[in-house]
Amino acid sequence: MSGSTPISESAVAQTVASALAAIAQATDLASLRAVRQATVGEQSEIAKLNAQLKSIEPEHKAAAGALIGKARAEINEAFAAREEQFAAAEERAKLAAETVDMTAVATRVPFGARHPLSLLQDQISDVFIGMGWEIAEGPELEHEWFNFDALNFDADHPARAMQDTFFVEPVESHLVLRTHTSPVQVRSLLERELPVYVLCPGRVFRTDELDATHTPVFHQVEGLAIDKGLTMADLRGTLEHFARIMFGPEAQIRLRPSFFPFTEPSAELDVWHPGAKGGARWVEWGGCGMVNPNVLLAAGIDPEIYQGFAFGMGIERTLMFRNDVRDMHDMVEADVRFSQQFGVNL
Amino acid sequence: MRVPLSWLAEYVDLPADATSDSVMAELVKVGLEEEGSHAFEVTGPVVVGQVLEFTPEEQTNGKTIRWCQVRVAPEGSKAADGGEDVRGIVCGASNFEVGDKVVVCLPGATLPGDFHIAARSTYGHISDGMLASARELNFSDDHAGIMRLNEMGLDPKIGSDALELLHLNDSAAEVNVTPDRGYCFSVRGIAREYAHATGADFRDPKGNAVLNHGEGFALSFTDPTPVRNQPGMQRMILRSVMGIDASRPTPPWMIARLKLSGMRSISLAVDITNYVMLELGQPTHAYDLDKLQGGITVRRAKVGETLKTLDGQVRKLHAEDLLICDDSGPIGLAGVMGGESTEVDSTTKNVLIEAANFDPISIARTARRHKLTSEASKRFERGVDPMIADNAAARVVQLLEVHALGEGNILGAEYKELKPIEAIFLPSDFANSVVGVEFDSAEQTRILSEIGCVVASVDGGLEVLPPSWRPDLAHKTDLVEEIARIGGYHRIPSRLPVAPPGRGLTKTQQLRRQALSALVGAGFTEVLTYPFMSAEQNQWFAGEQPVKAVKLANAMQEEASELRVSILPGLIDAAKRNVSRGLVDLAIFEEGSVFLPAADVKVGSELPVGNQRPEQSQLEVLNSEIPAQPKHLALLLAGARVPSQVGQKEIAATYQDALNAVLTIARSAAVELEIRQAVRKGFHPGRCAEFFTSDSVLVAVAGELDPALAAQNDLGRRIAAAEVNLSQLFAAAPATLSASEIKVMPAATQDVSLVVDIDVSAASLQQALVEGAGELLESIVLTDDYRGDNIEAHKKSLTFALRFRATDRTLTQAEATEAREAGVANAAAKFSASLRA
Repeated sequence: MSGSTPISESAVAQTVASALAAIAQATDLASLRAVRQATVGEQSEIAKLNAQLKSIEPEHKAAAGALIGKARAEINEAFAAREEQFAAAEERAKLAAETVDMTAVATRVPFGARHPLSLLQDQISDVFIGMGWEIAEGPELEHEWFNFDALNFDADHPARAMQDTFFVEPVESHLVLRTHTSPVQVRSLLERELPVYVLCPGRVFRTDELDATHTPVFHQVEGLAIDKGLTMADLRGTLEHFARIMFGPEAQIRLRPSFFPFTEPSAELDVWHPGAKGGARWVEWGGCGMVNPNVLLAAGIDPEIYQGFAFGMGIERTLMFRNDVRDMHDMVEADVRFSQQFGVNL
Repeated sequence: MRVPLSWLAEYVDLPADATSDSVMAELVKVGLEEEGSHAFEVTGPVVVGQVLEFTPEEQTNGKTIRWCQVRVAPEGSKAADGGEDVRGIVCGASNFEVGDKVVVCLPGATLPGDFHIAARSTYGHISDGMLASARELNFSDDHAGIMRLNEMGLDPKIGSDALELLHLNDSAAEVNVTPDRGYCFSVRGIAREYAHATGADFRDPKGNAVLNHGEGFALSFTDPTPVRNQPGMQRMILRSVMGIDASRPTPPWMIARLKLSGMRSISLAVDITNYVMLELGQPTHAYDLDKLQGGITVRRAKVGETLKTLDGQVRKLHAEDLLICDDSGPIGLAGVMGGESTEVDSTTKNVLIEAANFDPISIARTARRHKLTSEASKRFERGVDPMIADNAAARVVQLLEVHALGEGNILGAEYKELKPIEAIFLPSDFANSVVGVEFDSAEQTRILSEIGCVVASVDGGLEVLPPSWRPDLAHKTDLVEEIARIGGYHRIPSRLPVAPPGRGLTKTQQLRRQALSALVGAGFTEVLTYPFMSAEQNQWFAGEQPVKAVKLANAMQEEASELRVSILPGLIDAAKRNVSRGLVDLAIFEEGSVFLPAADVKVGSELPVGNQRPEQSQLEVLNSEIPAQPKHLALLLAGARVPSQVGQKEIAATYQDALNAVLTIARSAAVELEIRQAVRKGFHPGRCAEFFTSDSVLVAVAGELDPALAAQNDLGRRIAAAEVNLSQLFAAAPATLSASEIKVMPAATQDVSLVVDIDVSAASLQQALVEGAGELLESIVLTDDYRGDNIEAHKKSLTFALRFRATDRTLTQAEATEAREAGVANAAAKFSASLRA
């Protein structure tokens, strides 16, 4: 075998060029596969050139081999790139086909909600916890002594009849549904070490017929602070702080003289509610005063050394004017829509 | 208390433009609460007219009207509405005659109920106004016919303003009087407070009349068994007025003031006693002297005595009731209501006036006992000024003389045993230390004097003698309140006290919040229901023995007279209401107290006195008498747990959701619960579970409601429910948890299917596997419960997915298999479980 032609650079280059052109012309992975068969398969130009290596003079073999190797690499690289292009496009098409309507939101777990009356008590509690106060609790079915006698309600005083009390059979059992959370104050004074700063939220009961503004079962939050040197100024300061957290920094409070058996002096509490529906205005919010010395005596505390203040407000009433609840029925009828409109935020 | 402004103005200066609203605004400043305004609501041209002539005209409807010519202005002058001096008016009444002076509402007038008067065509005439009855003017309830002014003893000028004549242009302010301010149940008291609020001069109506000397009437008072050691009476004045004409009309100004004060005019003598009570706060009573037999005795009732009170009721008397008696027996319930037998009537000639001061507690008890609250008892209960009785009696005498044309007589008597008023020492800095405002001695003295105290400067402070009308001033703190309220609450500065460092929420309070949050996160909605149940509802979930419940003595509804022993019945009610409103997919819960009385209720222990700390043993007794009130949480699911939606069919709420919710709550408190199959009343007999703590305390029940109970409440057949005793659950919560090591070596997973009797519970089988497999078992999950083909009848195949892991090495499958087989062996030993072929 002689006279064989050494592999020409131009022939290799031409083979590469036509292979690259074919790769570029492929339109998808399938046609690319066909091109691959034609350009690098056993019958391809490059394969034929490669076959010629066998007959090349040994001294030219290395150079020719390198030439063909480089050409192959160049073609394979083009294939890989083209293949990647097609794969990416196909993946994109697949994802496009997977498009769903993201606005059709499914409910895997329904949304829960707290009852706003219960939530509001927690929120108020947190205000006072933040001031170092503690949350005190007591029984709803209470002994008359804690509900009345210890709070300076004389058995025959008209103030005792003023509260429309639920009594329990037999009446001699002296059990009542507490008419206010004040018995918890008494229990706190009896059980805790002085000074005492407690908040008493909870359910209370009075024999009022249910209507738009009354309910026989309602909620109160009462505060009690007994320490050395507390005055009505401390009461005002505490209420002001509380009001601002509840109703915004513009809120103010106003005290009006009043009467409660367990406080002396006593005051009605109005709050300037900047966010009130229909414009900022004064709203009756609760009652307060300096704890009556007789209450301290009932707990064995010397009123000459310790004194303090107490305040209380209705949670229903607060919710009504703070969150514009128009009708008491909505708060007591257990309609889930009432709780759900608030979720867990007020 | 309602105060007509014209009356108030007699005793304190009111600004010319004062309205009931402006008066109330002032009174609020000194501690009276605003209640509302009252007026007659009659405006416009309402004049005095004279009937000149009338023609009766029978109508087709059988009614006879009168076509009247009425002079409404002096001849030749324009009437108040600018119209003619004589008007044609159609009138349906027939109680008047030609020449009568009447009240004419001319076109343009407005009557109560926003009733506008205009000339209108009626019964074939143009009726140019209206002749008014007393009721149409809101003046009294009298509607027998039109008002005849001559009959009322009036002879006003024709065309003059009838509103002024009848005092219909007056108005009243109503304030709420707190129980410590009895003296404010009078114009006298309100005028005094108005003076405090505004600084205006107060003129005490006490001086309106001075009592003449009286003697010769027999009066005795005995009270061997005083109520709470207070004699039933401090004072009584008796005076007589002779020769009255009881049939004379009450003057219109008095009727108008009584009406505005909320009292009806009854008869001249009664109106006068009421008028004086409103003016001075002292209830008085007028007896027909000629009906009295002998003198007056004031004493306690005897057992079995009865009295017919003025309201016509015969009352059985109680030994504590204080009575006014004559020789015939009881003639009045002292301080509450008079008796019928000595009542003044239109023929009465001579009267005996009584003005007394009775003990508040005695009167309060009598009024409550007989459910008889009167204007008198209301005042005595709160304390009447014992120094005003003579002035009140004198004022009644005076008014009877003027208006009933009687003559005051010397026949009378007086009893007087006044309780001494004690002086109070007020240390000079005490008011400041309570109120936080600097009140100097001069200001304290000024304010206390202003409210009627006698104030003397003594070493270190003031000695203060409260006025007779302020029985509420008994302690130095009471004086501080007066100083603060008259001085003005607006002067109190603001200071935020610093509490000692707090401990935050208690563990139980935290756990409660976590439990509620966890449930909300699981899609539950909190509701609140009343804790009042029917006796039947309280038995819905009771066991074999009926459950004992607390019963209210004065429930608002008989069908809700017990306190709940369980929250579920209330939730069932709530579910029923929601479903009836179309809200059928429900997951609701409520947290709150239930009321569980002890088996034997102890009653009747003595109440400790109020103003000293009871002995510890007394407190323990009190507390032991209070029924247990653990906090429970109940939940209920109905309808769809997951509603039908895109890519998802509806998933109905089932007992599984209730079981899960219980575990969610337990998990929120880090309490492990053991679940056991159970049969309980109120639940589906095959779908109920109980949950126990590791100490075997039953803390929760969950399952499907008894379909019959659900149906009874208009609910569907599959209602899931649970009730948790939070108090007990939280008691089982660990104080702090210890972390376990997180193993990081590779795990080996295996499944195992065991065939057991249908009665073997999954929980117990799982427990057996766990115990047998030992420490290498890291996790076990029940993945299938298969019954049917290839499984014997009454057997089931339970499949568990197991994950094993060692702390220190990669576990080989052989080791995992060995552990699994140990578990299976334990299950086989305990429950005859066999591996599924």
